[in-house]
Amino acid sequence: MQQIQDTATDIRHQDTICTNDSQKTHPWWYNFKYALVGVLFGVVFVKAEIISWFRIQEMFRLQSFHMYGVIGTAIAVAALSVFIIKKFNIKTIHGEPIIFTPKKFTKGQVIGGLIFGLGWALTGACPGPLFAQIGTGAFAVALVVLSAIAGTWVYGYFRERLPK
Amino acid sequence: MTELLKQPWPWYVAGALIGLVVPALLILGNKHFGISANLRHACAACFPANIPFFKYDWKKEAWNLFFVGGILAGGLIASTVLANPDPIVVNPKLVNELAGYGIHDYSNMVPKEIISWEALLSWRGLVMMIGGGFLVGFGTRYAGGCTSGHSIMGISTFQLPSVVATCCFMIGGFIMANLILPHIMQL
Repeated sequence: MQQIQDTATDIRHQDTICTNDSQKTHPWWYNFKYALVGVLFGVVFVKAEIISWFRIQEMFRLQSFHMYGVIGTAIAVAALSVFIIKKFNIKTIHGEPIIFTPKKFTKGQVIGGLIFGLGWALTGACPGPLFAQIGTGAFAVALVVLSAIAGTWVYGYFRERLPK
Repeated sequence: MTELLKQPWPWYVAGALIGLVVPALLILGNKHFGISANLRHACAACFPANIPFFKYDWKKEAWNLFFVGGILAGGLIASTVLANPDPIVVNPKLVNELAGYGIHDYSNMVPKEIISWEALLSWRGLVMMIGGGFLVGFGTRYAGGCTSGHSIMGISTFQLPSVVATCCFMIGGFIMANLILPHIMQL
């Protein structure tokens, strides 16, 4: 039994940074607090024009500092927060220690990274902004998301045959 | 106050708020910030097709689906109650370049001329929406994360693989925007 659980955890963590590393199980409606964080995040996305196709084009032509400023500040604030969490051993609101799992180098970070970059400049959005764009009424972007899901599925299908 | 909120927000305000999402998710329940994994959860939930990569307990990651649901709702709120009535202001060089491709509408976050239902009927729209989406989905999963997971969560926890991935995202974007996109725009 233990072994089955371990394998399941491993597959869940494969090629993925954003994971649930809590050992606790809660009722499903506990997840609404993450929806609330998402709402605030989505508002920032739109109000700072991060989800604008035009801002992404400016970024890749070095015509504006805006996106570099946003990403740079976000990294700095997040890094400082993580430092404070580690330094003071801050726990979750449910009393669990906060876990950080180091990632290994793979060829995918280079090849997949380049492929994603090509797509990013086409759609003018990375995955998060795609969802916010739909929220602003650009419903056709739902097709872009469906195509991205198809891309993920095709990756899953060929995963074992791709350079690692 | 509302008038101020309706204006476009400066980069340092937006950047700081986005940075705070990382500790918020960690402290609320050991959740690691990222978005692209949702595309994988969609595969695992709807069409796993016996592929090992999709055989995991996606319900354990349901929080992430709630998170993107929130992002969508946030987009709705920001574009209605907090909507900025003016068109987006972009670099005149970009306006000039895009005018050459017949793009003049700056009233939406995405240009209607290339990302809309009507645009799907043209090769240009098809390549940008369906082709672009496919590259985003395939590339992020192969890379193991997107701008949220690698560039923000990964770099802020000092993971070198995430620095490499982010550099590659940028290289890919520069190649597309400057070398390939001009040809696609003329389709």
